[in-house]
Formats: sequence, C-alpha cells, structure tokens
Amino acid sequence: MTAPKRAIIDSASRPRLAPSTMLREDKARGGWIILAPERVFTPDAVAVEVLHLCDGVRNCAEIAQRLAATYEAETDVILADIVPLLQDLADKGVIAA
Amino acid sequence: MTSAPAPVSDTSARLAPPVGLLAELTHRCPLQCPYCSNPLELERAKDELPTDVWQRVFQDAADLGVLQLHLSGGEPAVRTDLEALVAHGAGAGLYTNLITSGVTLNESRLHALRDAGLAHVQISLQDVDAANADRLAHYEGAHAKKLRLAEAVRKTGLALTLNAPIHRHNVMRTADFIDLAVAAGARRLEIAHVQYYGWALANRAALMPTRAQMDESIAIVEEARVRLKGILTIDLVVPDYYAIRPKPCMGGWGRGLITITPSGKAMPCHAAATIPGLLFDNVRDRPLAEIWTSSAAFAQFRGTDWMLEPCRSCDLRERDWGGCRCQALAFTGDARNADPACAKSGWHAAFTAAAAAEASAEPPPFRFRRMAAP
Repeated sequence: MTAPKRAIIDSASRPRLAPSTMLREDKARGGWIILAPERVFTPDAVAVEVLHLCDGVRNCAEIAQRLAATYEAETDVILADIVPLLQDLADKGVIAA
Repeated sequence: MTSAPAPVSDTSARLAPPVGLLAELTHRCPLQCPYCSNPLELERAKDELPTDVWQRVFQDAADLGVLQLHLSGGEPAVRTDLEALVAHGAGAGLYTNLITSGVTLNESRLHALRDAGLAHVQISLQDVDAANADRLAHYEGAHAKKLRLAEAVRKTGLALTLNAPIHRHNVMRTADFIDLAVAAGARRLEIAHVQYYGWALANRAALMPTRAQMDESIAIVEEARVRLKGILTIDLVVPDYYAIRPKPCMGGWGRGLITITPSGKAMPCHAAATIPGLLFDNVRDRPLAEIWTSSAAFAQFRGTDWMLEPCRSCDLRERDWGGCRCQALAFTGDARNADPACAKSGWHAAFTAAAAAEASAEPPPFRFRRMAAP
C-alpha cells in the first residue's frame, strides 16, 4: 500500500462524499447533517447546496458555474468561496476527491 | 451516596433528543483486558436481549432522533445475529458503528456486515508490540488477528478507526500507534488514555502513567495532528487524574447518549450502575422515548438542579456539568459532589496525589477481566 496523501482541492478536483459519510435530513431537529465516524457535522445552507452537487463527476469549476447561474454571481467569486470550504471538508474526511 | 433525593425539575418540555445509542449487545468477550470499561459484575449470556427487542429499540431510537448507533460489548461479534441487528439499525437510518476487539470476525462476515449497511468499524489495539499486546489482552495471537481484520476492513471500503487505550505499559509507544494507524489505512485514531472506571479502576495502580509520560504523549499527538492533516484524524482522551477541570462526562448526564446493557437496562452512561440507588428502566418494559424523558435514572443528574457547591455557583456548570458522577461517588462517597478531577473540589489534591504515587511505584499484577464463577 502506498503512503496516504492529503487530498488538495482545486478547480479541477471532482469532489464526492467520502465512503462511510452520510448526508441526510435530520427530521427530529430540522436541517441537514453529515454523519461520519464518531462525528455529526451540521453544515450551513450553502455547504448543503455545494455538497448536493459533489457527485464525483462535476469538478469544482463546474460546481461554481452551476451556483453562479442560480445566484447570478461571478463564477470566480463563488469558486474562491467553495474551494476552501471543500478543502476543510476534505481535511475532516467528509469528502474525497 | 446519601439517600436524599436530588431536586428534579421538569425538563422534558425543552429536552433535546439524544444523538447516540450505545448498545452493549453482550458482555461476553474473548479478551480479558484489565482496563475494560464494563462493570466488574458482568451480565450473562442467558440474560441478553433477543434479536427482536434490540431491533425494536433501534427503530425507537431512530424515531426519537438518535443519529448514531454504536454496537459494542463485550465483543459484539459473538452475537450470531449481528448481521440482522446491523441491517435493522442501518435500515432505520442510523449511522451504524461496530466497536470490536477484532479477534472473532472473519472476512466473509465483514462483507455481510457491510452489505447489511454497516458504516464504520473501530478496532481496539492493546499495543504495537505484539507480545505485550497479547499479554494485555490475555489472548495469544490477538494482535496479529486485529491487524488482519484492519486490512480486511480497509479493502471493503468501510471507514476504519483504530482505538488505542493508553496506560503505563504502552504510553511510550504513542508515536508507533500513530505510524501503525497511517500504515493500516485508518482515517481516524483514538489515543485514549484509560479512564478509571470498572475494571480499569480495579487495576488503577497497574495502569496509571506518570504526569511526564502523559505530557509527552499529548505533545506527540499535537505534532502528528499538524503533520497528518487530511490523512489521519487523531482524537485524544487524557487521563483526568492530572487535569485541572473535569471532562463534560457523556456531554452531560442524560443530554446526548443512552447506553443499553446486554440485559436491556437503559443508563445515562455505561458506568452508572456503580451508583447505588439509581432506578434504571429496562427497554423490555418501557418505550425508549419515555425512558429518555421520564426515567428516574436519567432525571437524577440531568441539568444543574442536583448540584452541590462548588458546582452550583460555578460559571462552568453548564460546560462540564460537574464532570463524572461515578468518579465523584467512587472518590468522595457522594455522586452529587464535584468530580475530584476538578481543582475546585476539596478532594482534588488527594485524587492527583493518589495517581502520582501509584504511577511512581512498581506496578502490581493485573486483575484480568473475567466473569465471576456462577
């Protein structure tokens, strides 16, 4: 087995939920949650929307384009927001890329 | 503990649902680790809940708002219905964790568990040194079996956590545990200094590390967390005998977790049976939602109304919830006292001194975890 490496997120990365991570609605408390080993994360509305677009096929640039169309904003501005968000989630093991 | 009942206010109206359910499926275990967190009085196989009751409890838990199901023991894999239990928990929408010694599971059962919806496997390691690990577990070949299972878990794609209970016989190998976890493909490692309840309390003098050993292990973890960012998450549990403030035990009594013993007793923490006078409901007799809101044992130390000084007027009372009730009882004789791990406790100096004295003396022989003769 090769030594594991930290996933570095950039505009070409194709993020997806990590295996054994679940994104689901929390009916008892309201809102969405991410379930991971010994962790429960409560992503904000923006993060939930981004995570729903992380299918392992779209890259970050394409995710930013989708969001830019929805919100009538600059793609570059959105990309600059979502890359650090996804890097943080990758470091927490929530997403893989 | 004195018999005076603690004042209990009606908190049910604003009570949040529990996040986790710890299901101790059995107290049977092939290992005999002297730091086991199970009670000294282990429950017997004939008293264990049947499959259908566990399944009902898992569905009730999901309906109540529980998010994570922890299947533990003892060794949960000695239950031949483990696959059916996992399928039911996962089917109810629970994030299902298996907490295993790793010595009885084989690859085909592991695949069946994955297919049943298991999300995560946690394997305990006694040491990185195989001979010492097997000595601690009192089980020849345990360490090699655990490493084989860890490799099998990684190949299935299930998330893998390694759990390393730390004490004076392995604390000097903290860095080696971290290296092993990375090499095994684990994404998460628990460097968990032993917490002194149950069998661990009975073996405290044989297990307690020195203050310097604890400090060094913490420094090693802090360095590794930076170096291994994005590769390995390391959760650190420190021994509270050297702490200044107590841990918020269980995140507060009856605030986030329900433990169910093999026979069905519902408890706010796995050591709660050491507190005399607590009335536990059994999941055979009462619905889980009702136990959560109304069980006497859960209400006893929930919130802050039960507190004595120094907790009652402490600014941190809703942060650490007075620490651990079981430790307060064991060391001060009254479960309502502040956890002696807190420097504000009148027992704190004696508590810390006891640990330091034991850690600097020759370790006594272990009292291994065994069922008493029937």
